[in-house]
Amino acid sequence: MILRTLMSFTLLLLVSSAQAALNIQIIGAGERQIPVAIIPFAGEDKLPVSLSSVISADLARTGLFRLVDPAGKAPHQPAEVNYAEWGGVEAIAIGSVAAQENNRTEIRFRLLDGVKQVELLGQAVSGRDSQLRYIAHRIADTIYEKLTGVPGVFSTRIVYVNRNKSKFKLIVSDSDGYGEQVILDSDEPIMSPAWSPDGSHLAYVSFELGHAAVFVQSLVTGQRKAVASFNGSNSAPAWSPDGRQLALVLTRDGGSQIYLCKPDGSDLKRLTHGDAINTEPNFSPDGQYLLFTSDRGGSAQIYRMPVDGGSAQRVTFEGGQAFSPRHSPDGKGFVFTYRNGGRFYIATEDFETKQMQLLTDGGWEKRPSFAPNGKLVLFASDAAGRGILSTVSSDGKVKQRMSAQTGDVREPMWGPFLNQ
Amino acid sequence: MKKIALSGLLLSLLTACASQTTKPVAPVTPAADASATTGKPGTAASAEVDPLDDPKTGLTYRSLYYALDVDVIQDADKPLVAAHAKYLSTHPARNVRLEGNADERGSNEYNLALAQRRADGVKKLLLLGGAKEGQLTSVSYGEEKPRNTNHDEDGWAENRRTDLNYAK
Repeated sequence: MILRTLMSFTLLLLVSSAQAALNIQIIGAGERQIPVAIIPFAGEDKLPVSLSSVISADLARTGLFRLVDPAGKAPHQPAEVNYAEWGGVEAIAIGSVAAQENNRTEIRFRLLDGVKQVELLGQAVSGRDSQLRYIAHRIADTIYEKLTGVPGVFSTRIVYVNRNKSKFKLIVSDSDGYGEQVILDSDEPIMSPAWSPDGSHLAYVSFELGHAAVFVQSLVTGQRKAVASFNGSNSAPAWSPDGRQLALVLTRDGGSQIYLCKPDGSDLKRLTHGDAINTEPNFSPDGQYLLFTSDRGGSAQIYRMPVDGGSAQRVTFEGGQAFSPRHSPDGKGFVFTYRNGGRFYIATEDFETKQMQLLTDGGWEKRPSFAPNGKLVLFASDAAGRGILSTVSSDGKVKQRMSAQTGDVREPMWGPFLNQ
Repeated sequence: MKKIALSGLLLSLLTACASQTTKPVAPVTPAADASATTGKPGTAASAEVDPLDDPKTGLTYRSLYYALDVDVIQDADKPLVAAHAKYLSTHPARNVRLEGNADERGSNEYNLALAQRRADGVKKLLLLGGAKEGQLTSVSYGEEKPRNTNHDEDGWAENRRTDLNYAK
């Protein structure tokens, strides 16, 4: 028996509300679903969070798993599992919780292979009530990785803007939409939030100074600074993979031009010229290239250029328009918004084949970003005229819609893996 | 003229709520009226009335409208811009903020850039018409401050707009 102690984690954001801010709806399913059973942990009914429910919901959302109802069976130790009762179930998660000193709870869980009848892994974690959802997401990540070979993203976070009439909120939440935290409250528009690679800062555009200006805000201290507020518009911040540079867009010199600077706004260096719109820069994972949107060819399309200068190459060639490019985590392609015939689609393209693949059926779909494992894409869509968040698996097979209870949800971006 | 009377009414409404909104209110397409009235922008200036507030001058029209994904000023709007340029050149103490807007089709950032280009285009034409750089500020709200929140052609048409917002 191996008990690994994980996660003496520091949560970057300390307050976590457990209220259900978003309702989640899953559409479609993967072709082959792995049957798994998540048994309610012994003693979890005394906790404010049902760990097994959070884990089950995380796994179900991917479309890769079929959650098998335990049907009253409640083993909590490996010795209590009668494998004969779990025919066909490939993985069984069991566990227990115990109160510790200082209002902490210890959670022990094990993942069992239902076919080979062996223990796949075991963990013990301890945390406060406010950390229970996070711990459950981490357990779901562990299970996901063990069963698929790909790191899970359930414990990562997302950022988005909530617009309610003329009130704007910049919000960070768990990847499942719970644990909403208001990062900025404003009577003026907020747009284009972008995570720093280590998840410790957000860059975004706020109109609080009367025009679009780029701010950088620490999620640890809450400190914020306007790093670009020149005449005209300052917008579209994007972090370099090493976190040492921002790409952003300024109009102070005519047209919309892409610049590089340090995250404090110093050392501005202009990258594009001409009268066209150049916007929405996004660094490649190796930091060598920028994808961006430009109408230099007559309509909005995606271009790619070296960060250290050199000419830009057009990379989207379909009819219609293309916006908001973002590299996939492996750097082999990108996701973007494709507009044609009055509809907006989420699409991907592979650099090598130059083939566009539509991931969605189209409608009102904007600002896609990959989950850090590359398996899901988060984007803004709408339902009954209101902005909502949606995800689609990167193969287009599984869709999920999260609808906030009030206001319009806009401008989402999926955050990075957090190193513990 | 019926439209002139209407704009006068709208102006008084605007004045009434000026402390709450910075948006000029002129939803009527300005082109026809502007060309009909801009011949004598200075003449209405009796001692107290600022020609800017005199419906007869055409200067109460302070919005320009655009086609989708276009930032070029329509020919029909050029006399309106010329009238404002002339007013600014003869009233050097007045400052105006050019506020570009876009409809919600396209990405938010693209629309921010497009609407900035709309505002910058009006600024250029005002400079050509005699306004001074120091009187003009151009900003973009992109799709973020829609005057019309309907997601349809009429709403979008109203939101593709540059407003001339004079400082009080």
